[in-house]
Amino acid sequence: MSLAILHWSLFASQLMLGLAMLAALWRIVSGPRAQDRILALDALYVVALLLLVTLGIRTNSQVYFEIAMLIALLGFVGTVALAKFLMRGEVIE
Amino acid sequence: MIANLPLWLSILVSAAVVLGSALTLAGCFGLVRLPTFYLRIHAPTMGTSLGGGLILLGSALYFSLTQGRVVFHELAIFVFVTVTTPVTLMLLARATLFRDRVEGGSAVPPSFRKPEPLATEAEMQTGIVETKAD
Repeated sequence: MSLAILHWSLFASQLMLGLAMLAALWRIVSGPRAQDRILALDALYVVALLLLVTLGIRTNSQVYFEIAMLIALLGFVGTVALAKFLMRGEVIE
Repeated sequence: MIANLPLWLSILVSAAVVLGSALTLAGCFGLVRLPTFYLRIHAPTMGTSLGGGLILLGSALYFSLTQGRVVFHELAIFVFVTVTTPVTLMLLARATLFRDRVEGGSAVPPSFRKPEPLATEAEMQTGIVETKAD
């Protein structure tokens, strides 16, 4: 009983997170300007991180947290570099 | 997933995870639906603050009660995402504002700083300009 509740709620949440990733992907593809695409990329990596956390609950393993941590670190650096590039025209001056 | 899971823990984790992912979906839906960039930049922060916080809370509850480990991974991820998201979005908004002001289109939001008045009414009547001490 309790296992079924957890199973179906995790299924529903993964479905919703997948839809959220599709929405962000649509904005990346069709964003009118570069800043829209960067914003959608930022949202996309956060949703991917959350999807990995729910996958970790489903498979009862802790390997996914390391990957989620790595995505959080590298996504921050990537978005900051892209925003800096939009602002100044180059990343490291 | 393990077999002998208590019912209250399962319900609690399910509620947190479903609510968090619904909030994240709402945020990404706003990314698609809102008309301008300056409105769109507010939308995905729902996923990074409360949505992600609820999902990570559910994960922390599940693992700390089934495996008896210290809840550190989720807390670290939550703190890192919550601290870095405002920094990146503020940088991105400043870059966008700079680009829009350079191009000078109609999409630029107005500045909040009021322009300095050239002369007050009393100065116009008397012709004496007082220098204001800031």
